[in-house]
Amino acid sequence: MSIDISQFLDTFYEESFEGLDTMETELLGLNPGEADAESINTIFRAAHSIKGGSGTFGLMNVADFTHVLETLLDEMRDGRRDVTQPAVDLMLASVDVLREMLTALRNSEEVDSVRVSEVHDQLEALLKGEAASAEDDIVEGAVGDEEENAAGNSTAGWNIGFKPLSHLFKTGNDPVRIIKELSELGSIKASIDLSVMPEFDLLDPEECCLAWQIELGGDATEEQVRDVFAWVDEDCELVIEAIVSGAAEEPEEVSIEPEVIPTPEVVAEEPIVNTEPASASASASASASASASAPVSVAAETAEAKPSAAPAKKPTSSATKKGSAAESGSIRVGIDKVDALINMVGELVITQSMLNQLGEDFTMDRVQKLQEGLSELERHTRELQENVMQIRMLPISFSFNRFPRLVHDLSSKLNKKIELKMSGENTELDKTVMEKIGDPLVHLVRNSLDHGIESPEERVAKGKPEIGILHLNAYHQGGNIVIEINDDGAGLNSDRILQKAIEKGIVGENDSLSDEKIHELIFAPGFSTAEVVSDVSGRGVGMDVVKRNIRDLGGVVEVKSKKDVGSTFTIRLPLTLAILDGQLVRLGDETYIVPLVSIIESLQIKAENVNSIAGGAELYKLREEYLPIIRLHEVFEITPVNSELVNGLLVVVEGDGQQAGIFVDDLLGQQQVVIKSLETNYKKVEGLSGATILGDGTVALILDVAGLVTLSRERVKALKSQAAVA
Amino acid sequence: MNMIQGLESDSLAENSEGNQYLTFLLAGEEYGVDILRVQEIKGWDNVTMIPNTPDYIKGVINLRGTIVPIVDLRARFSLETIPYGITTVVIVLRVNSDNGSRIMGIVVDAVSEVYNISEDALKQAPDFGQAISTDFVMGLGTVDDKMIIVLDIDHLLNSSVLKAISDQVDKNI
Repeated sequence: MSIDISQFLDTFYEESFEGLDTMETELLGLNPGEADAESINTIFRAAHSIKGGSGTFGLMNVADFTHVLETLLDEMRDGRRDVTQPAVDLMLASVDVLREMLTALRNSEEVDSVRVSEVHDQLEALLKGEAASAEDDIVEGAVGDEEENAAGNSTAGWNIGFKPLSHLFKTGNDPVRIIKELSELGSIKASIDLSVMPEFDLLDPEECCLAWQIELGGDATEEQVRDVFAWVDEDCELVIEAIVSGAAEEPEEVSIEPEVIPTPEVVAEEPIVNTEPASASASASASASASASAPVSVAAETAEAKPSAAPAKKPTSSATKKGSAAESGSIRVGIDKVDALINMVGELVITQSMLNQLGEDFTMDRVQKLQEGLSELERHTRELQENVMQIRMLPISFSFNRFPRLVHDLSSKLNKKIELKMSGENTELDKTVMEKIGDPLVHLVRNSLDHGIESPEERVAKGKPEIGILHLNAYHQGGNIVIEINDDGAGLNSDRILQKAIEKGIVGENDSLSDEKIHELIFAPGFSTAEVVSDVSGRGVGMDVVKRNIRDLGGVVEVKSKKDVGSTFTIRLPLTLAILDGQLVRLGDETYIVPLVSIIESLQIKAENVNSIAGGAELYKLREEYLPIIRLHEVFEITPVNSELVNGLLVVVEGDGQQAGIFVDDLLGQQQVVIKSLETNYKKVEGLSGATILGDGTVALILDVAGLVTLSRERVKALKSQAAVA
Repeated sequence: MNMIQGLESDSLAENSEGNQYLTFLLAGEEYGVDILRVQEIKGWDNVTMIPNTPDYIKGVINLRGTIVPIVDLRARFSLETIPYGITTVVIVLRVNSDNGSRIMGIVVDAVSEVYNISEDALKQAPDFGQAISTDFVMGLGTVDDKMIIVLDIDHLLNSSVLKAISDQVDKNI
């Protein structure tokens, strides 16, 4: 009867990563010398949870590592150790190591043990290095725990009286696990005290009526022993006494061989069971499960449970592997949001039953009531929709939180003094958008730190304060979220950008460009002005990727910069990916939707502006540019209602960096549409990014402009080759 | 969007021996599908055409917020197409595939009956080079001296989707 704990492994990882994030944030906030007790406590608690969790799941290397970290923190918490910058840096490094370890474990990869032991040793060294002074401090404290620990190595063992309070099981703790863990510290001899066990028919399976007297042999320290009970501290009576050296020989008789598992008769007669650890715990769990736990059956199950104990371990580890492969996405939702939803659903149900009643014997004079009911229904539906959307919304602080660390690390690496300011962290946006915006943001921040903000000397020379300021700001504007990354650094160097652009052939030598146009150039592919390619930035794959990622999310990025004053990158993103502003267009009998973001303009076609090149490609002259015309009905093979260009409209769109004109029959309205996937029940269709349902219940397809451009290009090529064959 | 008949598949499964099959008519023949796969039966309604798909994919419909593709079974089996009439129905089915299940609809001439056919009463279909590849036929059942062609809808409809992809590729070349 053991619970398969592997099912909680995902939760453990998730919580551990959250814990690590907390530790990191708090560590960065620690001021050496004047440490805030509350933050140290917070860090300690996080480390402690990770240690406890990893111990439970058998991730011993994580538990060991965290243990050292925890000891260090414990000393800091008690004021026995000063918080120094090296210590903080080392702890930050440990957080990194822990994160790597946990990530590797979750993905069933090898843990980088070299790095782990390196940091582990450093931590140990730090602990030892000041151990001397620590001991000095407690000389006065006479029989401090510490000293006993030091002497603890020679103790023969411990006498542990463990009497859980009756509500122990309800706290989710299992004495079996504790005793198992204890048995790893040394040989143990456990006796069970059934004296408070009630009559069988009075037995409440959820109450613990057992108590143990455990003799622990071996050289475990008291601290180690207490650690085992750390989780149940408040839910049990615990007595730990050292076995005096006189009783040192005792361990010999302690280790009872498996063969001596007591027979049922023994147990029946004797309420106190002497048994080997595994079976002691097995009997405990048997009675804990308690569906059939008269003392007699306890031992009967003991015998059965024993052999199964060992094989039970293996499936657990394989299950762990499987679970880690599929990382399930989950969101933490505030209880208030869920409550709001429940309220709303309640109202919806009331409205629905009201309408139902109305419909049962409807007469024309109640039409007024019906209309009221319907408008209420509409209101509730809309509110419900908004609230469900809210659930997917998370404050952008989830994304911003990683920046203090990044700035901290980079500024010391680059020898710059940088202050990070953040505002609008509570601005909410869709989880999916948040996940995808993370990397571009990191890139922009790195760029600002590396290229933007100057070194302290340079800044002083320019008459600016020594410390550069990087400002991250987020706010809502219309249906968009705006994220600004602002630095007060050198700004973009227009001359150098232009020179580089000419070098790379992105612009012609004699082109005259406005400053804004020049600044736009940094988003061109393969562009980097960093003279030295550092590992921070300068590989020139950056900004165009940033721009593309943002565009994939349906957003835009702009840059404003002034020499020696600073630069501001502004990212505008839609709040959610599930809803899109669309332009409805008519094509024959079908309605299609063009995403509004990709439309540049729509115009009436003038016959004199239509030109064609040999091979069938038609071009439209728009001001000074020639745009390829995509005849949608040809690409989609729909019978056209009209094929005369002049009778239709041209929607000028930009997709994948190229402009094109889509020839449609008519423009209908604009509206927000909910994106539905075609792939769920069918498959991806080229030229379409999804479908939506219009107000009348019919399905309309959403055009994928970039895909459409490619599709029509391929079509023209195919036509050409056909013509060549003919 | 008039629903002709809603089927509670769960309750039907319990009080039967052997498997239950919903049968439908297609060009005079009676075909059967596993009734547990049937989500609902609805009348033919207009669909939204999907561009660049083979003609047996009629398009997609909105089934309570889900986009469901519709396959014309006559066209799929290369039978002569007839204009849709009042008995023409769409049977919405749950199709299992390697990557989860999908919902698809098939257009048939008319629904017929629900029969119990035990597993061993299904006979292997002989391969005579008919339009319907025997791959798609799970077996032939007999009820009241009538032959029922029991279809393997997973294979049939998944291959329809896959074939649509290869057809599209062919067209592009």
